[in-house]
Amino acid sequence: MNRTASMGLFSAVAIILGYVETLLPVFTGIPGVKLGLANLVVVFLLYTFSWKEAAVVSVIRIIVIGFLFGNLFSILFSLAGAGFSLAVMTGIKKISGMSIVGASIAGGVTHNLGQILVASVVLENKNLLLYYFPVLLIAGLITGFLIGLLSAEILKRTAGRNRL
Amino acid sequence: MKKRDFVLVGAVLAAALLCWLVPRALGIFGRTQDTELVITVDGEEYGRYPLSEDQVIKINETNVCQISNGEVNMTEADCPDKLCMHQGPAREQGQTIVCLPNKVVLEITGETQENQADSVAQ
Repeated sequence: MNRTASMGLFSAVAIILGYVETLLPVFTGIPGVKLGLANLVVVFLLYTFSWKEAAVVSVIRIIVIGFLFGNLFSILFSLAGAGFSLAVMTGIKKISGMSIVGASIAGGVTHNLGQILVASVVLENKNLLLYYFPVLLIAGLITGFLIGLLSAEILKRTAGRNRL
Repeated sequence: MKKRDFVLVGAVLAAALLCWLVPRALGIFGRTQDTELVITVDGEEYGRYPLSEDQVIKINETNVCQISNGEVNMTEADCPDKLCMHQGPAREQGQTIVCLPNKVVLEITGETQENQADSVAQ
């Protein structure tokens, strides 16, 4: 399949997943915590192709979703989180002995870490970081685990059919 | 899930637990600033009281002020206008409540104050 067309397709899927997620109040009660369904696409791309494809789709998704449902700050937070988590997941993928679930967990945790780092810099509030950090660690762990399981399942079911 | 995945999960859980416990053990949250209420009567210091402690303070026979939740209010005054009773609450450093007829001044002071001037040109 044409590479550009594929990237467009995956971006569309990521954007739709991001939209679907706004309709699902999964983890209500804790601000900023969500499942991160769109990261499904990023994890999938990272494992089927490379970090470059994952990064392209990730950035496109964040900007589009940000303009549709968020604001400039949410774009900034998301870019920080996504960049950090993609870098870590790329590193983890290279470590033998860690599965896609482990990479996804690390991605979820570092995504939250990146976001709260930016948030505490923007808001100039160090206590925010200290206070909120454990909550976001656990949240990243759970959401990363779920996304990892889903990604593993999708990879298994689409094996041999993924090429650009 | 492989073995190292579980190691990662354990590490994240341990980190979360640490980040949860350590700031609480050190008492970083909920620590109010070391602010004090200084009461002055007729230019002379009447007493100093920490804002962290809820209490009712009688000032001579003329006024009564109250500290609650880190805030100071004048609750009683024997003067006719009772302006001081409407000045509160005072909670931040530098805030004052003044009862002019009785020459009572309640002032909040503290050790450190971030937005205070470093120096004053004269």
